[in-house]
Amino acid sequence: MNTTLDPIENLVQSDYKYGFVTEVETDSVPPGLNEDTIRLISAKKHEPDFMLEWRLRAYRHWLTMTEPKWANVHYNPIDYQSIVYYSAPKRNANGPKSLEEVDPKLLETYERLGIPLHERAKLAGVAVDAVFDSVSVATTFKEKLGEMGVLFCSFSDAVLNHPDLVKKYLGSVVPYTDNFFATLNSAVFSDGSFCYIPKGVRCPMELSTYFRINAANTGQFERTLIIAEEGAYVSYLEGCTAPMRDENQLHAAVVELLALDRAQIKYSTVQNWYPGDAEGRGGIYNFVTKRGLCKGRHSKISWTQVETGSAITWKYPSCVLLGDNSVGEFYSVAVTNNRQQADTGTKMIHIGKNTSSTIVSKGISAGHGQNSYRGMVKVQKSAAQARNFSQCDSLLLGDKCGAHTFPYLEVKNPTARVEHEATTSKIGEDQIFYCNQRGLATQDAVNMIVNGYCKEVFKQLPMEFAVEAQKLLGVSLDGSVG
Amino acid sequence: MTRTLPTTPAEPRPLEAHLAAYEAFERSATETSPPWLRALRTSGISYFAELGFPTTEHEEWRFTNAAPLAQFPFKPVHRALRNAVTAADLARITFGGLRACRLVFVDGHFDMALSELLPHSTGAVMGSLAAAIERRGDLVEARLGRAAHHESNAFAALNTAFIQDGAFIHVPPRAVLEAPIHLLFIATKPGTVNQPRNLIIAEERSQVRVIEDYVSLAGSAYFTNAVTEIFTGQDAAIEHLKIQREGTAAFHVATIEAHHQRQSRVLSHSISLGARFARNDINLRLDGEGCESVLNGLFLATGDQVVDHHTIADHARPHCASHEFYHGILGGRAKGVFNGKIYVRKDAQKTDAKQTNKNLLLSDEASINTKPQLEIFADDVKCTHGATVGQLDDQAIFYLRSRGIGEELARQMLIKAFASTVLNRITVEPVREELERLLEERLAQPNA
Repeated sequence: MNTTLDPIENLVQSDYKYGFVTEVETDSVPPGLNEDTIRLISAKKHEPDFMLEWRLRAYRHWLTMTEPKWANVHYNPIDYQSIVYYSAPKRNANGPKSLEEVDPKLLETYERLGIPLHERAKLAGVAVDAVFDSVSVATTFKEKLGEMGVLFCSFSDAVLNHPDLVKKYLGSVVPYTDNFFATLNSAVFSDGSFCYIPKGVRCPMELSTYFRINAANTGQFERTLIIAEEGAYVSYLEGCTAPMRDENQLHAAVVELLALDRAQIKYSTVQNWYPGDAEGRGGIYNFVTKRGLCKGRHSKISWTQVETGSAITWKYPSCVLLGDNSVGEFYSVAVTNNRQQADTGTKMIHIGKNTSSTIVSKGISAGHGQNSYRGMVKVQKSAAQARNFSQCDSLLLGDKCGAHTFPYLEVKNPTARVEHEATTSKIGEDQIFYCNQRGLATQDAVNMIVNGYCKEVFKQLPMEFAVEAQKLLGVSLDGSVG
Repeated sequence: MTRTLPTTPAEPRPLEAHLAAYEAFERSATETSPPWLRALRTSGISYFAELGFPTTEHEEWRFTNAAPLAQFPFKPVHRALRNAVTAADLARITFGGLRACRLVFVDGHFDMALSELLPHSTGAVMGSLAAAIERRGDLVEARLGRAAHHESNAFAALNTAFIQDGAFIHVPPRAVLEAPIHLLFIATKPGTVNQPRNLIIAEERSQVRVIEDYVSLAGSAYFTNAVTEIFTGQDAAIEHLKIQREGTAAFHVATIEAHHQRQSRVLSHSISLGARFARNDINLRLDGEGCESVLNGLFLATGDQVVDHHTIADHARPHCASHEFYHGILGGRAKGVFNGKIYVRKDAQKTDAKQTNKNLLLSDEASINTKPQLEIFADDVKCTHGATVGQLDDQAIFYLRSRGIGEELARQMLIKAFASTVLNRITVEPVREELERLLEERLAQPNA
């Protein structure tokens, strides 16, 4: 390889700056999974009976399932009996009433992560629900949102305070029988965010959840449920980090979005779980089920994801376009470096008439990373005039990585128009040379080209996130240019 | 996130009849077959017994249900009938104006009387595989079964178990064959299974054009399970044109495996028009630097037809190019499946791979599943793929109508134009013209 490009190799090596551990006393259940564990989790959370019933049904169904093997990722078998299914920072019997009562150590943790839980958060104008291992530690801006009728709280609070809504919508998009990891999540999920936007309300601020895995050997199983009633609008952000550890940790979350007539949900993720070290030791297994249902006419669900972390990413945020004229969007940047593996993409299921979907997926592989796009566009017979456009690009940095594309297009209606395009390329030596001769260092040139490559996706992110994503990408690829 | 598994349980695998037929065949053929061939057949049947017929749980058969093939009564033809095909029949199915060497196979067996070999001085050998096994055993032994993956493809395994006859073409180094070679496979007996096995070897710097053509005189159901292996030497050029115009009740499975050496040029066409069920696996392995290949295909399915193409362009060496163009036209209740894979192996730098699959759906009941696939393990490559599904452009029809062309004719013109981008790549003119005519005829049928 050309010597001028060597710096690219050095660019990818960098430190994971969120890899610290917070020393807090935890209240954990013993490792292992059986009906008693589930009863214990449910009891700890003082859940009503219907929740326990639902969990047990999911667990019994899970026992009949086998772990799927079709993804283009390789990992050692997971021992489901050695995972701690519930871990929470110890707290007073009644739980913190306000931020002042939250363990300062936890607040400090979030300070270090740059998540504003304190009052200065007002400046940021983002309502945050912070989830630490298995439980939500704090939710900000509750009152202000409450005035508009927006419910934004931890899932546990929602189960206790709004059981009717939970009962009505839980599992309506991702049923507990859906797939191996979603079913496991349904049985043991500990916390997550719940969000309900009433009819005609435009949520005045970005809602955000910050997930943090802290304790060792725990799995994080959170569940997010967002319901946008008729004409409602919400933009929701999700961020995640975890400490550096040599063993792998499982993260199997479920996200359900439901949009009714003319409702819009915009869901953005910046996923930065610990990716493991350069030799592939440790890191998070991120096996997540995310699905949105455009139930109403003219509804819209938009997924934007920036996946830079995790040892293994395995997720397909999907849209079921049931309502006529509904719209699904998927914008993704997935970066794999070192030994990371990602098998990610989306499913767009067109059922209603005049439904349209857009898929823009940008994969970047460096080091020994393996990056797969796997997507499905399905046009059912009923979906007259359905329209899909998919664009999947892969960028290869280095000669030991791989990029793979597995698009499935299934069309059963002749009036549908479906287009799929994919390209795979590397940063051209001529492009670098051009930048060099204009006085840009190779590293800057690569950063610039990569950012330009991802721009289409980044511009979909809310402002603050877009800046963070750009930085994150720079860090993730630091030293990888080759 | 989940892959939905088929709701119907896997079909039982009725292999007994096949295994019994193999035993009977092997007993009768033992006398005459050389030991290496018997070993190859044994390996074929044992892989077949192990693999069984694929079910829809098999990723390569996810959208095509092979159960009708598994249930088709297994009656292989070990000896062809004489006089099953008359000269009049032959005139009907050969391409008028085509000056070619013609090898005719009746129910999978070579028929010397119907064949027509042009005199040539190049030293090329063409004829039946059975004869080649007797006379050129060393040449056949070195290549037969070396390209086709009978260890993973159940139909190739089944064919391998019953290797008996088929076409054999050997083009010696530097020989250039002007006239194309027309391999005509005619099915005559209903209810039988034909398993021709073809071997085409183009040695270095040779040039040859081969037309592999499947037709039928039998109206009712029969099953063709063909395997063709192609080897091209350094700097050789080959054009391989497969035409599938089987009877409307036929089942057709064909596997073409080609192995290409350094700087060879390959032009592969697959035109699929007939059969109730057609499955084509066309796999190219570019195993030398500087190979150039074109995969060109057209499938037309109407009524209840199922047509499935799986192609692989396997870039094993650097500096190879593969360009793939597949167009599908689906009407009636037809079902189309396309899966094109591009593999770029670890050291295959400077690969240039392109793939397009375009599909036209002409009716409400027609459907298509397409899956273009890239698997890339090298970084300095240019790979793209694209797939589209749509219907005829309303504006284009409107334009033609505004110029006084009737709607039906306008539609046919547009469909023909869509098909001819593929057909125009065929260099053998009389064949291209005949295919255009066949296509028009099919499109004019009321159920199209």
